Amino acid sequence: MKTLEILKSLTESSGISGDEQEVAELVRKFFSQNADKAYLDKFKNVIGYKKGITSEGKIMFASHIDQIGMMVNKIDKNGFIYFVPIGGHDPRVLVGQNVLIFGKEKIKGVIGSTPPHLQKKEDQNKVTPIENLYIDTGLKKEFVEKNVSVGDTIVFDTAGAELQNNNMASQAMDNRAGVVVLVETLNELTKMKHNWDVFMVGTSQEEVGVRGVSTCTYEIKPDVGVVIDVTFGYSPGAKKHKVYKLNKGGTIASGPNFHPFLTKKLKEIANEWEIPFQSSFAARPGGTDAYSMQISGEGVPVVQMGIPLRYMHTTVETLNIKDIKRMAKILAIFVSNVDDFYKEVKH
Amino acid sequence: MKNLIKEIVETFGPSGREDDIREKIAGYMKAYVDEIKQDSMGNLICIKKGKGPKIMVAAHMDEIGVITTHITKKGFLRFSSVGGVSPVRCLYQRVVFENGVKGVIGTEPVDKLSKLDFDKLFIDIGAKDREEAQKMIKEGTFGAFTNQYDELNDLMVAKSMDDRIGCAVAIKAAEKLKKTDNEIYFVFTTQEEVGLRGAKVSAYNLEPDLGIAIDVTGSGDTPEAPKMPMKLRNGVAIKVKDSSVLVPKKVKDFFIQVAEKNHIDYQLEVLQYGGTDAGAINLTKSGIMAGVLSIPTRYIHSVSEVLAESDVKATVTLLTKILESDIKNLI
Amino acid sequence: MISLLENYSNAFGVSGFEDEIRNLIETEIKDYVDEIKTDFMGNLYAYKNSKKKNAKKVLVIAHMDEIGFMIDHINKQGFLNFQRVGGIDPRLLVSKKVVIGEDKIPGVIGAKPIHLQKRSEWKKPIPLSNLYIDIGASSEKDAKKVVSEGDFATFDTGFEIQEDTVSGKAFDDRAGCGVITEILKGLEENESYPVDIIAVFTVQEEVGLRGASVLAERVRPDYVLAFEGTTAGDVPDQEDRDQSPSTEMRKGPAITVMDRTTIGFRQLKVHIEKTADKYEIPYQYKRTVSGGTDIGVIHTQGGIPSIVISTPVRYIHAPRGIMATKDYENTVKLAIKTLKDFKEVL
Repeated sequence: MKTLEILKSLTESSGISGDEQEVAELVRKFFSQNADKAYLDKFKNVIGYKKGITSEGKIMFASHIDQIGMMVNKIDKNGFIYFVPIGGHDPRVLVGQNVLIFGKEKIKGVIGSTPPHLQKKEDQNKVTPIENLYIDTGLKKEFVEKNVSVGDTIVFDTAGAELQNNNMASQAMDNRAGVVVLVETLNELTKMKHNWDVFMVGTSQEEVGVRGVSTCTYEIKPDVGVVIDVTFGYSPGAKKHKVYKLNKGGTIASGPNFHPFLTKKLKEIANEWEIPFQSSFAARPGGTDAYSMQISGEGVPVVQMGIPLRYMHTTVETLNIKDIKRMAKILAIFVSNVDDFYKEVKH
Repeated sequence: MKNLIKEIVETFGPSGREDDIREKIAGYMKAYVDEIKQDSMGNLICIKKGKGPKIMVAAHMDEIGVITTHITKKGFLRFSSVGGVSPVRCLYQRVVFENGVKGVIGTEPVDKLSKLDFDKLFIDIGAKDREEAQKMIKEGTFGAFTNQYDELNDLMVAKSMDDRIGCAVAIKAAEKLKKTDNEIYFVFTTQEEVGLRGAKVSAYNLEPDLGIAIDVTGSGDTPEAPKMPMKLRNGVAIKVKDSSVLVPKKVKDFFIQVAEKNHIDYQLEVLQYGGTDAGAINLTKSGIMAGVLSIPTRYIHSVSEVLAESDVKATVTLLTKILESDIKNLI
Repeated sequence: MISLLENYSNAFGVSGFEDEIRNLIETEIKDYVDEIKTDFMGNLYAYKNSKKKNAKKVLVIAHMDEIGFMIDHINKQGFLNFQRVGGIDPRLLVSKKVVIGEDKIPGVIGAKPIHLQKRSEWKKPIPLSNLYIDIGASSEKDAKKVVSEGDFATFDTGFEIQEDTVSGKAFDDRAGCGVITEILKGLEENESYPVDIIAVFTVQEEVGLRGASVLAERVRPDYVLAFEGTTAGDVPDQEDRDQSPSTEMRKGPAITVMDRTTIGFRQLKVHIEKTADKYEIPYQYKRTVSGGTDIGVIHTQGGIPSIVISTPVRYIHAPRGIMATKDYENTVKLAIKTLKDFKEVL
């Protein structure tokens, strides 16, 4: 399967935090193509295990598979559905979106909005808070009550779009694109030798507080960790040195969360193989799986790469496919050499 | 059961100072379990032995409270909160300290109640001046609110229903429990109100196969209440999510199944904010399956927390039935 | 004792880049301990064993990292943009001297001169996004000869002694590092503590108790004592309110009953109080519950009895803090006595 197709099928699959079964099964399928074993743990983390030649060390990749979404909180007397956010939402993005409710059966709906004609002038500059937004399924109240219950999950129901120059827009690029990096890295590794065992992990519950990765890291106890997530892509109005251009390569992160020596090695590999990358800096740990991974159990030295992504946490998250392939290449070479330079890491 | 509830809600035990309440609960539990111990965090662990899977039932016995930080020249005490105490809700309430000294919370003049914060509040212990106050109390002394238990029609009102009601449920379930293969740890946890700390420690040491927290949750049935599905008198609330845990679907569905099979009134709980011991248990080591049974409660973290006796009874029954179930398929 | 503190205070060690202070501490303590090692995060471990067989293990910790800055961009004109590392009030930053990177390149945090500002601007703090570091470079290229993106910077503050006080940067928590060093050095020949001491100088405390998070699983101690430089609030208050000063200078070391991350273990609290009374060392309580320390992430892993002893410092997280020499010396004394008499806890 081509990278684009894998990405498409992953972004079209559903899996909000805590309810990742569907996407987890799909990820397992993709991992199993090049891994020796692919399985789910009790936290709905998906693990693709590929044995190394000597198995003298373990490297674990983490890329979260969950996406932001919503959960049914209340059905009112007319059958309109109120919800709470799962993960971080901008209420301005929600209005007018198509959604899919995972009730007894999948039910389509839209998030309601007041037409301009009926709006009061003073309301036009106000943002409706999430607790006042509601989903309209158009269906009879009795049908809704029978098929939808409190606690059911809700996702956006929109298809992706292929844009110009290998750019693609879709919901859930954060972080299915990261999962594609893992799939592609596994694929690259079939052409290389590596001494260490590789654990590709699609982690759960990242968007609600980097939870899945912490238990999974504790279980696997890797010697080195690699985190793949999306990062802010340049769009008009953004402060230039805090965001990264699309199609200029993935980012390699520096800061207290990341191991300086391993990060340096990652950059050296990219330079040596002339694969473009960008440097990012974070003075404070947080925001990705690396936050939990670095301090899980006895701790893990971590490196992180990010895929530049525009419009994060919307339904039109946009990225460049080439960046994904470039990252996979760098990471595969990193895996194949990690046993060598790990000797210089204190642990 | 009402006598039990009355007795344990009125017992002293803010986070970090749970000695009195621990002793009281241990007194009840010793008749129902095989072994009782206490760990370094002060958690009370009551074990009913079995050869099967290990289930940890967590109810926190600590309550919100205050801690003194300063004695003013005039002999009043400045204080900070222990756990989530709201400045408005504690105004003019009475407190009692670990050494028995009593006080009432007062405030400096404020133009708006919404501007009230702990900087403006003080505790009046009746001292004439700093010197006298210093003889009565030290800085760094813990205190708890006081209020008596009462009944409102079929509802019960008291301070610290959060989470002494959970403790009462656990005690009652231990009493009613029939023979089971499961090894059950009834853990009365400490320091929940300051960050789920006791539960974290006990789950770490016990490594159960399943954790069940019993705690209070909000209710959406008062005038202009926030949109919340839970209501008093609608039965035990089976948690779907709060900000500390997304209950695994398997666990939630299992709880529902047991409730339906035994005709126990239940409702589903979605809570946008707030956390429980289950959050800490769930993330322990390589992860532990965890769920929550909640009792819908009005005015949480006030001295008048209100809940329905029928919901409490439903919670006891459901917990008992779950503990008696074969959970091998769940884990 | 004070010259050691001076060296520690002056050393460079922003969270995530603690090499210089770690090397310095290692040199100071290596002759006084049985074993020394570091981990991948850069925590420094020193083991000092008791002569007693099967002695209990007491972990004593202080963090060696300090607040500072991370250069995240060098612009075309050669000015440096930065992020704060740890909690720093942006209003403190204007017109301060800093040093950057291993080579300690000097720089200043500049601001638009008052003459060029609108009157309305005076009344507002300068937002962080408008602040930058000027190293005098002529261009981006020129700047990059001496500074790289990702470099760390800290305040350029020299240690000073004046009457009965000392002042300098990073007393939070180089004071604690100093206390632990004195603990390791504090025995006569042939003397030993009744407990095994595991001294750990942690990294990345200021960015979220990160270094300490990996400790509990690695050392499995029976008790933890943390040493901190903490807020002294006995300073003028515009409103002159009768509030808690948190701690006060010249009133002795402070015991923490409760803070945001931990409730001090009562048996340890009582033992420390008794020790202080026995040796006539003044002490006070930390009288605010704000702030957290490394033990917050250690004590809940299995439940390890823990407590914090602090030395009061005015103006922590600022370019220069002030501390009473006597408070520091008394903290050292209390720490050593507490450990020597530790059998009373066991």
